[in-house]
Amino acid sequence: MSYQPIKFYQTGTFTVGNRLLPPEQRSVQAQQKRYNSLNSGHRACQGCGEALGARYAIDAAMEATNGRLICANATGCLEVFSTPYPETSWQVPWIHSLFGNTAAVATGIAAALKVKMQKGERRHIRVVAQGGDGGTTDIGFGCLSGMFERNDDVLFICYDNGGYMNTGIQRSSATPPAARTATTPAVGETPGNVFGQGKFVPAIALAHDIPYVATATVADLRDLEAKVRRAMELSGARYLHILVPCPLGWGFASHETIKMARLAKETGLFPVFEAEHGEITAVLPIRHPLPVEEYLKPQKRFAHLFAPRLRTDVLTRLQALADRNIQRYGLLEKP
Amino acid sequence: MFQVRIHGRGGQGVVTAAEMLSVAAFDEGRHAQAFPSFGSERTGAPVVAFCRIADREIRLREPIMAPDALIIQDPTLLHQVDCFAGLKKDGYILINTSKTFDELGLGEFLRDWPPERLCTVPATELALKHLGRPVPNMPLLGGFAAVTGVIRLESVIKAIEERFSGKVAAGNVAAAREAYAIVKAEMEEALHHA
Amino acid sequence: MLKQIEGSRAVAEAVALCRPEVICAYPISPQTHIVEALGEMVKAGTLAPCEFINVESEFAAMSVAIGASAAGARSYTATASQGLLFMAEAVFNAAGLGLPIVMTVANRAIGAPINIWNDHSDALALRDAGWIQLFAENNQEALDLHIQAFRLGEELSLPVMVCMDGFILTHAFERVDMPTQEQVDAYLPPYEPRQVLDPAEPVSIGAMVGPEAFMEVRYLAHAKQMEALKLIPAYAAEFKAIFGRDSGGLTHTYRCEDAETIVVAMGSVLGTIKDVVDEMRETGHKIGVLGITLFRPFPLEAVRAGLKGAKRVVVLEKSMAVGLGGILSTNVRMALSGLHMHGYTVIAGLGGRAITKQSLTKLFLEAEQDALEHVTFLDLDWAIVNKQLEREKAHRRSGPVAENLLRDIGVVAARNY
Repeated sequence: MSYQPIKFYQTGTFTVGNRLLPPEQRSVQAQQKRYNSLNSGHRACQGCGEALGARYAIDAAMEATNGRLICANATGCLEVFSTPYPETSWQVPWIHSLFGNTAAVATGIAAALKVKMQKGERRHIRVVAQGGDGGTTDIGFGCLSGMFERNDDVLFICYDNGGYMNTGIQRSSATPPAARTATTPAVGETPGNVFGQGKFVPAIALAHDIPYVATATVADLRDLEAKVRRAMELSGARYLHILVPCPLGWGFASHETIKMARLAKETGLFPVFEAEHGEITAVLPIRHPLPVEEYLKPQKRFAHLFAPRLRTDVLTRLQALADRNIQRYGLLEKP
Repeated sequence: MFQVRIHGRGGQGVVTAAEMLSVAAFDEGRHAQAFPSFGSERTGAPVVAFCRIADREIRLREPIMAPDALIIQDPTLLHQVDCFAGLKKDGYILINTSKTFDELGLGEFLRDWPPERLCTVPATELALKHLGRPVPNMPLLGGFAAVTGVIRLESVIKAIEERFSGKVAAGNVAAAREAYAIVKAEMEEALHHA
Repeated sequence: MLKQIEGSRAVAEAVALCRPEVICAYPISPQTHIVEALGEMVKAGTLAPCEFINVESEFAAMSVAIGASAAGARSYTATASQGLLFMAEAVFNAAGLGLPIVMTVANRAIGAPINIWNDHSDALALRDAGWIQLFAENNQEALDLHIQAFRLGEELSLPVMVCMDGFILTHAFERVDMPTQEQVDAYLPPYEPRQVLDPAEPVSIGAMVGPEAFMEVRYLAHAKQMEALKLIPAYAAEFKAIFGRDSGGLTHTYRCEDAETIVVAMGSVLGTIKDVVDEMRETGHKIGVLGITLFRPFPLEAVRAGLKGAKRVVVLEKSMAVGLGGILSTNVRMALSGLHMHGYTVIAGLGGRAITKQSLTKLFLEAEQDALEHVTFLDLDWAIVNKQLEREKAHRRSGPVAENLLRDIGVVAARNY
């Protein structure tokens, strides 16, 4: 019998050798019977973080609900690349209505299912709503907040790639400060996006005291799956905010998507945490603290911070944002 | 068709009065249409409501501009609003007050009016006495039944009992009965003097 | 059972008899009494099982209805005016997706200037959204049309708007014959959707469609509405068989035999017009009425048949196509193609301006003399209009129009109506 030595590079959720884990800890994608909710053949760009995130998230939700799931989808990249008529990549019942109403559509589905179950016409079916950052933090925000406040039985997943990528990379309220987009060009004295007060929707979700709020990245897919699973164990309004790097919009090579996501988390610019009923219950600690430059430099959207002259002033402000996240969420503390 | 216009202030149950009047007429097997003056009324602001009563279907949707009868729930409106606008000659006027028409300064204005069609009733006092709240609308409907004879007191009582229950119903019924008696007495006195 | 109740209450009770499964509500006058009544029924458990959802905007109200309908539930909401415009994107979407939502529109003017009173600007602004639009003449018809609306919408997989005049009908207490649950059940079968979100049979609803099929999808929406023209009279006939009264249909003529002048209108003003016509008939005037119950799809043939033979048509409408004239009249003109008759557009009752018998009588007499402008604004206060025009000529900074006019008019609070 041939023997192949296996090296352990990492442990825990970072374990590269998924096959070394007991079956119940393995990724949903490790199973032959995986759901393929977002099937292959869709039209996302190479290295699309959103496609990866959606595939893992929805398959995990399907696993958690034994396939009894309905999805509502906002307008955006995910909707467009997955369903140009007459093809659809979705193997779940799926509806796209508008850009800004996905949370409300999901509310309606959940309400209908509740009545149908009371009438004995349907078995228990769960609802996931999903959209990009535009459809979540900007145009869809009113409906999202309404859904939270009513505590409707919906898991809303935001795939945050920091801008309106579908329409050609414009700024959203989730675009980081200083980032170049088509509507925040890298020209003038303060190139790129403005330093506003920020709009971190997971924190706003927390303020609604809903049963579950979590953030995740596509760098840590089993953490993402675990969060979807936990979310599906709970009922009421739940929110999962996933950072999904966009090679096209951010300007990095398509094989670096996961690396970008990891750098966002390791620099502290994107805090990864979990909360129940308004209280943070866990954070994913930073393993190897890095300065923000490590994350910013490989991305063309931040190139103007490094050339023609080094914008130390801007980098300092961005570092301060990361430091504040580290402080606020305790990202350097050992669990 | 008999057309009634009710003037009052927001909070006095003006719209309710018109609605209940229509219900009382309906209970007598007649057609009736009640509607408010369609404003975003605030408490205390002048309010108008209308009621038409007829023996056939009422299709007309215009406001009542030439009423057969006026109910004035708040006499302070007399100085603010042209309550009498369009009132038909010899139409009925019922005012919520303990004063006389002369004391209200209307004696001259209504000099040629048939006196038995000009009635006052202290509806707010009656409401306070029987109900404990200064809502004059139901006693005024009792008075209206007396002065016009267009609907019966029993129909007003039935409408009250359909809409309210317990103490509120009983208080309103008692107030409406007393108002009816007061107005009847006033009318007899007026006819006697005439 | 005969009842003397408010129009809103009558509609709420009728909707409840239709066994809705999801109702979403956002308050806006003059629609609120309807959803308040339904909310109470759900809360009290007399309407069950049913989910009543207090949403955060009209946009959400229609969106919740979309989700619920796509998941197979009979869905209902109500709105008016600004609310209808605020949900406009979702209104189009519901029709595009083919979801048979029923919505009451308690017709109200559109601002600015903000105005809560009745006209038809709201529903007519969305006339091309793909919804079937029915207009009620009185509260009995409003109630009946809701029952027919669920039947019709669900058969065709199209949403239906039942329009009733805000305040004039919604807040009017009048006699209605409330059907029994048995009658409604006999008329309205349970909702059997053509498409439904179901894990057992996953479908994608609302996929992107490119130029290769978009026109066909749109054409099918048109074809379905054309089908409604056939279904509506049949459903009205069936309604009569079960409920014993005429309600709904495409159009209704009144005293049009030998009429030389026919007045066309929609909604509650038809009642006042009929009273005027009765009086004019008594003095020998050959005048009749064509009431339009169905505005979308527009019953071109029925309108043409109703008006054929008349010498002139006066379209009296509570709406306006700014820069053109009328909306209803533009639609009526399309029905008259090739017929030779005088056509007049009368804009009336905007923002709740009372339409009185007196004004209508004068108007119709002028129409008979062909002495009307082609576009006439009934009871327009020319004095304040001209004053404002003068003011604008005289001063560059003439100020806000509405405020100027109010100042010119004087105190409005002291008026009776």
